[in-house]
Amino acid sequence: MALIKTENLSMSYENMTVIENLSFEVNSGDYLCIVGENGSGKSTLIKALLGLKKPSVGAITFGDGLLQKEIGYLPQQTNAQRDFPASVYEVVISGCLNSRGIRPFYSVKERKLTLENMSRLGISELKSRSYRELSGGQQQRVLLARALCATKKLLLLDEPVSGLDPMVTAELYGLISEINQSGVTVIMVTHDMSAALKYASHVLCMREDDCFFGTTAEFMKSDAANFLKGETERG
Amino acid sequence: MDEIISEIFTAPILVRALIVGVLVSLCASLLGVSLVLKRYSMIGDGLSHVGFGALAVATVMNLAPMAVAIPVVILAAFLLLRLSSSGKIKGDAAIALISTSALAIGVMAVSMSRGMNIDINSYLFGSIISVSKGDVITSVVLTSAVLVMFILFYTKIFAITFDESFAKATGIRVDLYNMLIALLTAVTIVIGMRLMGSMLISSLIIFPALCSMRVFKSFRSVTLCSAAISVAAFIMGMIISYAADTPCGASIVCVNIAFFAVFSAIGAIRGRVRA
Repeated sequence: MALIKTENLSMSYENMTVIENLSFEVNSGDYLCIVGENGSGKSTLIKALLGLKKPSVGAITFGDGLLQKEIGYLPQQTNAQRDFPASVYEVVISGCLNSRGIRPFYSVKERKLTLENMSRLGISELKSRSYRELSGGQQQRVLLARALCATKKLLLLDEPVSGLDPMVTAELYGLISEINQSGVTVIMVTHDMSAALKYASHVLCMREDDCFFGTTAEFMKSDAANFLKGETERG
Repeated sequence: MDEIISEIFTAPILVRALIVGVLVSLCASLLGVSLVLKRYSMIGDGLSHVGFGALAVATVMNLAPMAVAIPVVILAAFLLLRLSSSGKIKGDAAIALISTSALAIGVMAVSMSRGMNIDINSYLFGSIISVSKGDVITSVVLTSAVLVMFILFYTKIFAITFDESFAKATGIRVDLYNMLIALLTAVTIVIGMRLMGSMLISSLIIFPALCSMRVFKSFRSVTLCSAAISVAAFIMGMIISYAADTPCGASIVCVNIAFFAVFSAIGAIRGRVRA
């Protein structure tokens, strides 16, 4: 059974239909890149996947025992966060909140998971540093570790490399790819076509008139790819 | 000095003010950390003006001041949250709108009730004589509730303050907790307002958080330090107020200004040493 499946999904925003008849499925271990122009409904789709917005038609079904709140989400950073006084440890452990229900404090198991995920992303030595003192790339690693605390199955990344320099970007892509190979399914929204084609197993290309969904190899041969290539060459 | 302190502890009025003040300072500073970081500092200011309006109207109409002010301010808090998230009227404009309206209504109410002896000055700038025995009991109950809730929901408050989108995604009912924070803030403001004055009460929310953010780097240390600064500034302010015969609220704010200067200096020196 697919991890996530949508059939003829439509979403509207203030009475405007932003997504129409979207069907795709994500299986365990996939690496799906969602690409598309601004305004093509990528952010709306993220909200739908996270359950923050109800589809107007159709539904999203979760399989393989995945609960909606167990998606490891990496949101885009907000301005308020950049000067937020919080230690790296505090930020990472807050990813454990979804499994905790109403218990007010973190358990030993959750503390251990936090430390494991920090070493997995190579940020153990930053444990008691302040989040606001870190570089952009380090901050993304911290948020990625937090997302891993929230999930064992699925990461949902919203433009994880925006604002990072090329070196750091490549490192982060490498990390995400490693995480994917360890069995975590990845869905990444990105503007970066070349990365999508390099790392993704599947591509969902969102356009106003018609959307493409298929494997990366299929995507390369499709009209949608030609369209986007034209865009990049012109741009 | 010892003499002043022992005098304060033997006068029942001062002891009452001290108990209420310490509890309110504690609550205000804890909530303040979250409000300041979420860029909601002005909500505290707006709510205190609404509180002034409600108190004035209640007094003129001969109703129990707290019983009127608490629900009105809670309502205003929800309204402000709703307005700032709906985006039709931007948050800062909405707050200015509501606070000036409430202030105007309060002043109208007071001026229409000629013959009544209302000391508008004590509403605006606070007075320790206004703390009655009933107030002490209400304050102890409400502030304990604020403290218990804050401790129980501390981890969730952190998550929501740091990153609302992530918190929502992990299934935390963000709107509910935002409302809870607004509710606790409203209660704290109404209780503290009589003592500090409606013009000055929001300083208790903003100053301690800003001071500790200059120096401390984790959410927990900022929170703990805010609580300590807030209580210390309140007690020092009261002693100064008693010794120099100055208004209590203003004295406390002045102590907070001094704390802010010291903490900013420490923060700047540390920054320079590192760089």
